[in-house]
Amino acid sequence: MSKFKKKKSGELPAVNTASLPDIVFMLLFFFMVATVMRENTLKIENRLPVANQIEKLDKKNPISYIYAGKPSKNYEMFGTEARIQLNDNFAEVSDIVAFINSERVALREELIPFLTVALKVDKDANMGIVGDIKQELRKANALKINYTTGKGDAAQNMQ
Amino acid sequence: MAKRSAPEVNAGSMADIAFLLLIFFLVTTTIEKDSGINRKLPPIQPPDQEPVILKQKNIFTVLLNGKDQLLVEDELMELKDLRKAAIEFLDNGGDGSCTFCKGKKNIHSSDNPDKAIISLKNERETSYAAYISVQNELVGAYNDLRNRRALELGSTAKWSQFRDMNFVEMQDNHKDVRFTGNKTKLKELIDQIKIEIPLKLSEVQ
Repeated sequence: MSKFKKKKSGELPAVNTASLPDIVFMLLFFFMVATVMRENTLKIENRLPVANQIEKLDKKNPISYIYAGKPSKNYEMFGTEARIQLNDNFAEVSDIVAFINSERVALREELIPFLTVALKVDKDANMGIVGDIKQELRKANALKINYTTGKGDAAQNMQ
Repeated sequence: MAKRSAPEVNAGSMADIAFLLLIFFLVTTTIEKDSGINRKLPPIQPPDQEPVILKQKNIFTVLLNGKDQLLVEDELMELKDLRKAAIEFLDNGGDGSCTFCKGKKNIHSSDNPDKAIISLKNERETSYAAYISVQNELVGAYNDLRNRRALELGSTAKWSQFRDMNFVEMQDNHKDVRFTGNKTKLKELIDQIKIEIPLKLSEVQ
């Protein structure tokens, strides 16, 4: 009998799985830290300028975003000039009025006057496109705007 | 003796440690909020309306040209000097009706902060970064004056509960749900300062 018992002791021990949860949690943490919540997929470069006289954008009021900047690497076929992006696609200046109106339709009526348009414009863009956007917003009567910026010393922008 | 194997490490508390970390990050994470410079655009003028006539001395023209050079009242200026110049203009109090102004009372500069208008012009080639820097300095000038006024008012008996609170802090506190003071009174004070020193910054194209 003792012969058989000896054989058993030579088998491989089971792999210890106690550290599996740790590996899973590590992954969880990695994604938690690396996740940026973003509503739109950007097709343009969007490095915001910085400023220090800033106010927080109130999430209580409805916000619409208008992006502008030059097309990013994957979309170079759209040119190197700054372009406007609304929702997930490139748009023309003339589309802005329709965009604002469609944003308004989605809102409750009492919130419509509080609609703020956040302009997320790349710092290398020039004012021509921003001026065009502002003019269209005036036509759409969306007068509350916010130049979205990062936080920092404004003198850095000029370098 | 030959059968001795390594003792097993007790892994029962591993899950606790992982949860501890999870809870730590849950509590400390803040979802980034956008912030920026708030502005109000002027409504489109009906074509038959007569334009309002303003005195030249009440307008402070800032021009940012296509090469990002700053021209203030027809003179070349560095960005760092802009805020001081704007404060000097707003704080001038030429007609003596402004009780809190500490300016030079120069009759060739603005009458009072209510009448003073800063006009910011840009060209199509101006870079957005430069434009934001200039906007930032001009808003900064207004904020500096409003802060000064807020501290002045805070030292009076009527507003003594808001002592040593400047205008920017007042606005932050008004938005903050955790603020324990009297919010209606705070709003009243903020509005009073806004009426005394209105932000009249026009963006011309």
